[in-house]
Amino acid sequence: MKKLSILLTCALCTLAPIFAGGSTETAEMSEDAPMKVGVIYVSAPGDFGYSYMHDQGTIAAEEYFGDKIEVIRMENIAENEESERAMESLIDEGCKIIFANSYNYQQYMQNVAKEHPDVYFEHCSGYLDNENMSNYFGRMYQMRYLSGIIAGQMSESGNLGYVGAFNTPEVVRGINAFTLGARSVNPDATVTVVWTNTWFDPSKEKQAAESLLDGGCDVIAQHQDTTEPAKAAIDRGAYAIGYNANFMELTGSNHVLVSPMWNWGSYMIPEIQKAMDGTWTSQSYWGGLDDDMILLSPVSDLVPSDTVDAVMALEQQMRDDTFDVFWGELKDNTGTVRQAAGEKMSDGDMLTMDWFVEGVIGSAK
Amino acid sequence: MNSLDLITKLLAATLAMGTSLTYATLGEVFTEKSGVLNLGLEGTMLMGALSGFAVTFHTQSLMLGVIIAMLTGGLFSLIHAFLTISLRSNQVVTGLSITMFGTGLANFLGKRLGPVENNLNLVGLNLAAKFENIQIPLLHKIPVIGAFFDVSILTYLLYILLPLSWYFMYKTKHGLTLRSVGEAPRTAAAMGINVNKTRYIYTVLGGFFAGVGGAALSLSFTPSWNDSMTGGIGWIAIALVIFSAWNPARVAIGTLVFGGITSLQFFLQAAGFKMVIPVQFLAIAPYFITVVTLIIMTINSIKNKGSFASPSALGTPFAIDEK
Repeated sequence: MKKLSILLTCALCTLAPIFAGGSTETAEMSEDAPMKVGVIYVSAPGDFGYSYMHDQGTIAAEEYFGDKIEVIRMENIAENEESERAMESLIDEGCKIIFANSYNYQQYMQNVAKEHPDVYFEHCSGYLDNENMSNYFGRMYQMRYLSGIIAGQMSESGNLGYVGAFNTPEVVRGINAFTLGARSVNPDATVTVVWTNTWFDPSKEKQAAESLLDGGCDVIAQHQDTTEPAKAAIDRGAYAIGYNANFMELTGSNHVLVSPMWNWGSYMIPEIQKAMDGTWTSQSYWGGLDDDMILLSPVSDLVPSDTVDAVMALEQQMRDDTFDVFWGELKDNTGTVRQAAGEKMSDGDMLTMDWFVEGVIGSAK
Repeated sequence: MNSLDLITKLLAATLAMGTSLTYATLGEVFTEKSGVLNLGLEGTMLMGALSGFAVTFHTQSLMLGVIIAMLTGGLFSLIHAFLTISLRSNQVVTGLSITMFGTGLANFLGKRLGPVENNLNLVGLNLAAKFENIQIPLLHKIPVIGAFFDVSILTYLLYILLPLSWYFMYKTKHGLTLRSVGEAPRTAAAMGINVNKTRYIYTVLGGFFAGVGGAALSLSFTPSWNDSMTGGIGWIAIALVIFSAWNPARVAIGTLVFGGITSLQFFLQAAGFKMVIPVQFLAIAPYFITVVTLIIMTINSIKNKGSFASPSALGTPFAIDEK
């Protein structure tokens, strides 16, 4: 009896990862074999959040290259040694280029990259590199700024809320850009920040948004992976700013004013092409508007057309490099001048940003 | 916003969020009272959340969704009961496997049970209806306690279930049977009580509650399906059982305290309150309070030379033939 119970428990334990783990697809090698591309996601792309948008990029690459490439996806890969094993197994399967989409993969990817000089590695959102490893990310803050203009224009109270995951420079930069955008049209607007300390937790995200709404905010923006903060705003008749995907489509409500979105395909397609041609070189890439890595979803019909026109005009200016978010005098939210008038913030300062601009209520530390 | 108003809203947020937690905790109190530790709560809740959402999405019936969620939770706990009671496997290991299995299976099925238009995926779908808040006329307008009368039907049900559970456990013959099985199973067996049958009943009952707890999330609080959407509520519930000293009456206080802390940290941030205590600390507070409670209870039990509040036979399998 006891033996049987141990056996059954073991069986349960071994069964669990089968269901939990991601699926890998392999195919027989043929004469003119397609180039194999490995993709590693931190979550399941079905989440309509961060990994979902990466997968849209992968799908775009699959459509572009057709049968010239074969993609092997690995989902729900933890940001620890497990990711090293995942990369090794992708290499065993014959992948020529590997993309990984989350920050904490970088150290593991660098380790694997050093051992496999004949494979190209692409890491998203980090800073480490190698002769055969690039890092890449996008200037999402530009879109945050534009969405801030729309939020500032549509808010009646001037109290905007922002549900943030972690106080990393990326999130802080986004909040600052959003605030600067809102205050460019409404100088008295404030942005209250609530940290959830999680990228993904529907209940906490919703609670955080509701506490902001209870506090009198009438527009909720977010740096989270579910639509819950936006849905909480819609339920109360307030407005929402999406993130990652087009929230207007996902929630079916025009109270979602606009969503800053990622377009990873614009980076993945040329990189895969370069790997094919043998012209691939290592780089640190921070893509912006000019290369379409970031974009705005269609704007809600509730937003007046002159606001939309103004936003589009600014977008063009950022494309032309005649305007950018962190140009000119900047004060932090304690009143200290952080940047003098006429100066332009360097990428280095943006990538380590750990302070809030004037108008943000909350602490970046 | 005046402070009375703020407290009312804080309470409302706590009740909305705490409903799922309370169901899971109450169920686990029943299970643990009978001497079975079920660490599979998180996985069981997730299966409840998934099945409830899937059924409601396809049938448009919220009631059917809750019932299926309840049965799924019960079924999952039945696996636990079979392994730990009949086969006498280690309750901790089995419970952990149930959580891993349930989490994996729920996330797997979440991509298989959706409609064809959405690639069979349940993620990203909205329900036609959810459990809406029902306001009791007049009562819901009272400051602070009015929050208790503006909640969903699932929360109202708890107002009945909590006192009923307490009464059942401490004032009825069946409750005495339940407690005796958890405290002194050999004595109970000598009295003619079928220990294993009793344990089966309350483990499955605990699963019913956990399933409804999951559905309270996917059909009421955050009406949607998301991978691992319970976000650790199952684990907080297990801590909460200890905090409430295995007493249904204290579960109510416990959920208000635990849920209240989570809501409070968001409210303080939203109010622009200069945080003296870092938010990261507030996030671990429920677990910290549990440790403190355990210490206090242990000291008290040593002082009074009494037994510890936990059921004495908790975690130990029972066999009539073992000497």
